[in-house]
Amino acid sequence: MNLTVFQDLILLFVAGLGTAVVFTRDPTSQAIVISFFGLLLGVMFFIFQAPDVALSQIAVGAVALPLMILLALARVKKQEQEK
Amino acid sequence: MKRRARKLFFFISAVALGLLFALAYHGLPAIGLVESRYGDLVNAITVPERHITDAVTAVNFDVRGFDTLGEEFILFTSVMGVVLLMRRQKDEPGGNHEDKARGRVIPPASDAVRVTALLLVAPTIVFGLYIVAHGQVSPGGGFQGGVILSTASLLLYLCASYSQFRRAAPKRLIEAAEAFGATLYILIGAGGVLLGGLFLENVLPLGKAGTLASSGTVFFINLGVGLEVSGGLVLVLLIYLEELVEEKEQ
Repeated sequence: MNLTVFQDLILLFVAGLGTAVVFTRDPTSQAIVISFFGLLLGVMFFIFQAPDVALSQIAVGAVALPLMILLALARVKKQEQEK
Repeated sequence: MKRRARKLFFFISAVALGLLFALAYHGLPAIGLVESRYGDLVNAITVPERHITDAVTAVNFDVRGFDTLGEEFILFTSVMGVVLLMRRQKDEPGGNHEDKARGRVIPPASDAVRVTALLLVAPTIVFGLYIVAHGQVSPGGGFQGGVILSTASLLLYLCASYSQFRRAAPKRLIEAAEAFGATLYILIGAGGVLLGGLFLENVLPLGKAGTLASSGTVFFINLGVGLEVSGGLVLVLLIYLEELVEEKEQ
């Protein structure tokens, strides 16, 4: 089977999910959606034969980034409540 | 009216961008068929000259090791920035009881989350260490493994409690680990100079390609980077959680 089919498919998925991230307006939900987006980007790098980058992307994009967003959101909410 | 105009503008731009993008994508050479002189060169030298089977690691930690040193310190500086910004100021009302009385209850993690997190802690640590240690053999290395290792501490927080998390990851130790990891890179680089070579020159015996004990200094640099990255991320996690949770468990 032709490998480029997977490449085209994953690019379409990434574009779709990227749009979904933008259209998710609630920041907390957005952090979750961006985590899936990060995971999918990792799969994309893997399909494009860059396993090193894929590993970094999954670790940072699917875990570290959403975590930092959630922590920052929690901090901001706490500050608002204190006011 | 203004909104409609904006939407119209967006629609036209989006279509134009989409068309251009499709055109550009259509004209790209197929993946894997691009002739790259540098790629061929790297592939040709990594195993015979450096005994490293993962070409990306060979480039990152040997061929352009100095650049990676800079990259590592970008992370180090960012973590320091967070620590500095989030430090508790003297006049800041930290851990007041009034706040607790306002009924800001965070629901405890469900049993399913606790059990899953508990089961994942040990495999995550092993996997993280594996990725850190095998950078010279297979995809991975200190950066990737370090992030994976740091998520183990998050799992610990999820399956246990904040105080247990604090006990497993004392702040002083984490700070020391991060600083030591960052220093190790420089020390290994300086080792090259001390032995009469260049900064970051690969001065250690290279070992047999494809085994754990190969690649000379690259292996040890990866260990240092792994320590620095995991330490830095855990430190950021600690600092945030300190702010958010501390007063609740007093």
